[in-house]
Amino acid sequence: MNAVFYILAALTLAGGLATVLLKHLVHCALAVTVAFAGLALLFLQLDAQFAGFAQILVYIGAVAILIVFAILLTRGSELPKGGVFSSTWLVGLAIAAGVFAVLGWAVLQSVRAVPQQNAVPVVTVHDIGNALMGRYVLPLEIVALLLTAATIGAVIVAMHEKERQP
Amino acid sequence: MTPLATPLAGYLLVAALLFAIGLAGALTRRNAIMVLIGIELMLNAANLNLIAFWRFGPHPEALTGMMFAIFSIAVAAAEAAVGLGLVIAIYRHTNTTELDKINRMKG
Amino acid sequence: MAVSLDQIFILLRDWFVGFLPAALRPAAGVLLGVIAIVCVFPGLFALTTVFERKGLGRIQNRIGPNRVGPFGLFQPIADGIKSLTKEDVVPLSANAAVHFLAPLVLVVAVFMGFAVLPMGRNMVLVDMDAGLLFFFAMGAATELSVFMAGWSSRNKYSLLGAMRAVAQMISYEIVLLLSAVSVVMISGSLSLPKIVDAQNQYSHGLPHWYIFTPWGLAGFLMYAIAATAETNRSPFDLPEGESELVAGYHTEYSGFKFALFFLGEYLAMFSISGLGTTLFLGGWSAPFSFLTWVPSWIWFFGKMMLSIFVFIWMRGTLPRLRQDQLMNFAWKFVLPFTLLNLVVTALWRFMGEGWARWVVCTVILAAAYILTGWLEMRRKHIGPRSYRYAE
Repeated sequence: MNAVFYILAALTLAGGLATVLLKHLVHCALAVTVAFAGLALLFLQLDAQFAGFAQILVYIGAVAILIVFAILLTRGSELPKGGVFSSTWLVGLAIAAGVFAVLGWAVLQSVRAVPQQNAVPVVTVHDIGNALMGRYVLPLEIVALLLTAATIGAVIVAMHEKERQP
Repeated sequence: MTPLATPLAGYLLVAALLFAIGLAGALTRRNAIMVLIGIELMLNAANLNLIAFWRFGPHPEALTGMMFAIFSIAVAAAEAAVGLGLVIAIYRHTNTTELDKINRMKG
Repeated sequence: MAVSLDQIFILLRDWFVGFLPAALRPAAGVLLGVIAIVCVFPGLFALTTVFERKGLGRIQNRIGPNRVGPFGLFQPIADGIKSLTKEDVVPLSANAAVHFLAPLVLVVAVFMGFAVLPMGRNMVLVDMDAGLLFFFAMGAATELSVFMAGWSSRNKYSLLGAMRAVAQMISYEIVLLLSAVSVVMISGSLSLPKIVDAQNQYSHGLPHWYIFTPWGLAGFLMYAIAATAETNRSPFDLPEGESELVAGYHTEYSGFKFALFFLGEYLAMFSISGLGTTLFLGGWSAPFSFLTWVPSWIWFFGKMMLSIFVFIWMRGTLPRLRQDQLMNFAWKFVLPFTLLNLVVTALWRFMGEGWARWVVCTVILAAAYILTGWLEMRRKHIGPRSYRYAE
């Protein structure tokens, strides 16, 4: 457990907390980008280079920008009158705390049972390519279909409806 | 704070905490876009879990964990796109993104 | 002698690092490389600003700056002193934290991209297995800083410029990635030094650069168009068009922060040209096999500065594209053509050596270009050109 892990974990969790607690939506979007960056660095620390770079490229380069565009197109810059938290916020917080308690307990109880592999796995992009075209070709094709459907669907859903001529 | 028994426990706890934070965000905020941001945080926490288990598990050369995480990233991006498209479409209809006010199907 | 001149920077670094204990040597070597990059590229940036202003001046039939120093070569020093001593104006209602961070995020993301470029034989800072993916990830991070700059200024024109810039950058990012993927298909690796090694072979004295193949030429042209759009250069510079939006997303920045934006834009130009030369123009390899005695880093920087010269030339010559024209161009012409280029690259790979694949690939690409051009231009009426002169 080295210092780098603690720093990165603190960065990611701070980003996550800031996302949930800040009032202005654009600040929340930027804070979630910090959380994404912290997670990408955690992936790099776990020797998953391809996943780390894909995280930066997809989440920071596309999803964060998508969120920001949606905030701007729906006038999210104006703060609502009744505050940003809903009236039942205590119940939500309690549920989240309960979920964390259960997960944390499960992790601490059972982690000794999992065999620990501590040697660094050497993964080249070549291996990933082979795996994608060999063992995981079916999920790859299905994800391709899914992405096509999602693209077409998002365009249709967000398109301006044609004005009906009276 | 008790010292963590193994590095794996540390990563899993971070992932669990991030998941809980994302869940709290999705459940307590009023704006529809914040709910989607909370969902993205939850998906990211799950990805961290997958990669941590891949790294510290028995067969990292099978690449299962990393593949799962990469597909999860792709699917999450698609879902964010469709979700935000829906939010924009609803905003055009009802001129608001607050979840309390989008209740025309109530009762 | 030629070899030691070629490797002179590596030898210098090893000599410096030799003074340190063995445990610190790798870190010190990388640190020296970082210092070199941080010194060389901003220095090139200073030179390029003079180059650009003189070049644009000559294209527009005037002399560029010529007051400061011989032929105006010390102009960047004057510009630097000006931007450092100017008052830093932050709008009152601007979001101070985001306003401050935007230029920093841009410059940091752009500098990170230089880490994977092979600038000479053995002269890459970090030889990553997924180097190309890292470069594009850093490029994706610059888009967010553009948006941060535009939104935090609380200025409608800045926000408009930022939204246009981000929309343009996202559209052309796909083209950039897909044209690089065709190179990856043929060279079989995402690691940039290996891509250069694959092009470093000569047959009959001519090099195996990818630009000399049909799919490589098409890919290079797509890459060049996308690179011009990614760095917001003319003719794609509507987001910072001076006549429309004052300065677009960096309107409200003054003094050193504006200089940082300027630096970030030019460094992005350098790194994208550097990647273009690595992918298509053979990186640090010499054009003819009898010229390999010239040091490799001279070839790399020479080719990179040639690309910069072409950028400057395009800026002085071509008119600006409107936002809807450039989005149309990206999605309806360039992107389908790039997808076709991928298919043609696959054909090239699997048809085997010989003249047949040259003919087939060239015919397919030329036919597609003519067909899509005809389809797009069907409804446009361009009559004979008419000139009006001042009387």
